[in-house]
Amino acid sequence: MHNFTPLPSLVGGLLIGSAAALMLLLKGRIAGISGIIGGLLQPSRGDTSWRVLFLIGLVAAPLLVMFVTGQLPEVHSQASNRLLIIAGLLVGFGTRLGSGCTSGHGVCGIGRRSVRSVTATLIFISTGALTVFVVRHILGGSQ
Amino acid sequence: MIKKRMASLALGLLFGVGLTMSGMLQPQKVQDFLDFSDIKGRWDPSLALVMGGAVLITLLSFPIILRRSHPVLGTKFHVPTLKHLDSKLAIGAALFGIGWGLGGFCPGPALVGLVTGSRSTLVFVAAMLAGMALHRVYHDLRQPQSHS
Repeated sequence: MHNFTPLPSLVGGLLIGSAAALMLLLKGRIAGISGIIGGLLQPSRGDTSWRVLFLIGLVAAPLLVMFVTGQLPEVHSQASNRLLIIAGLLVGFGTRLGSGCTSGHGVCGIGRRSVRSVTATLIFISTGALTVFVVRHILGGSQ
Repeated sequence: MIKKRMASLALGLLFGVGLTMSGMLQPQKVQDFLDFSDIKGRWDPSLALVMGGAVLITLLSFPIILRRSHPVLGTKFHVPTLKHLDSKLAIGAALFGIGWGLGGFCPGPALVGLVTGSRSTLVFVAAMLAGMALHRVYHDLRQPQSHS
């Protein structure tokens, strides 16, 4: 557990939850990232600009963090392009088919006490854990 | 109108700052959390605190917010109405989990990570958008008459 970062992770989680709560309070919307992107793939009148603006804010957020802390966070991944493409296709297709991801089902759906979202969250954590187990401990990948 | 637009932008920023702080931009941290078989070694419970902190807020606030007749800046709440479990939910969540485990990226952190200039993030996000577009095509093929 040497990489455990309890404080930043808890504070980050509280901020994510606050953003989701304010989204519902102010705009009456669910802060589910896959759903917000998905809505842009089937655009309807009057339903586009809030999605685009939210996503601009989301993408620009590390710049705001950099403004305060003085450094831009880095992302390290050793995964090959082929693996990333397979992972991306599965995440994109799966989140649309299953109507949500970690934010829509995990953060907001559980907050709404939705049986569908609790079920979806248990399923994706289980298949995610199984996948990491197979990749790391059966196939012996180094990631 | 301006107020609504500023709110959308600010909410995205807040969500993204939370994700950045949480450490979840690192695919390794996500995969280390999912590695339950290594609970005495590499297992990293950070993600549980991110989810726990976020869910604490939504569990407490959502029921109170939904008692209102309408949101502050809108005319009605847009919350999912489906209640029953179905195979689409189960299969979709299962596929998402596999992709999440393989790459260590889910949609939010992947988008937030774009601005770091990481090539992996860019490749993942491009494939993710393609996967979403693929679902759109699949959906239209299965239900050609409905354009919901």
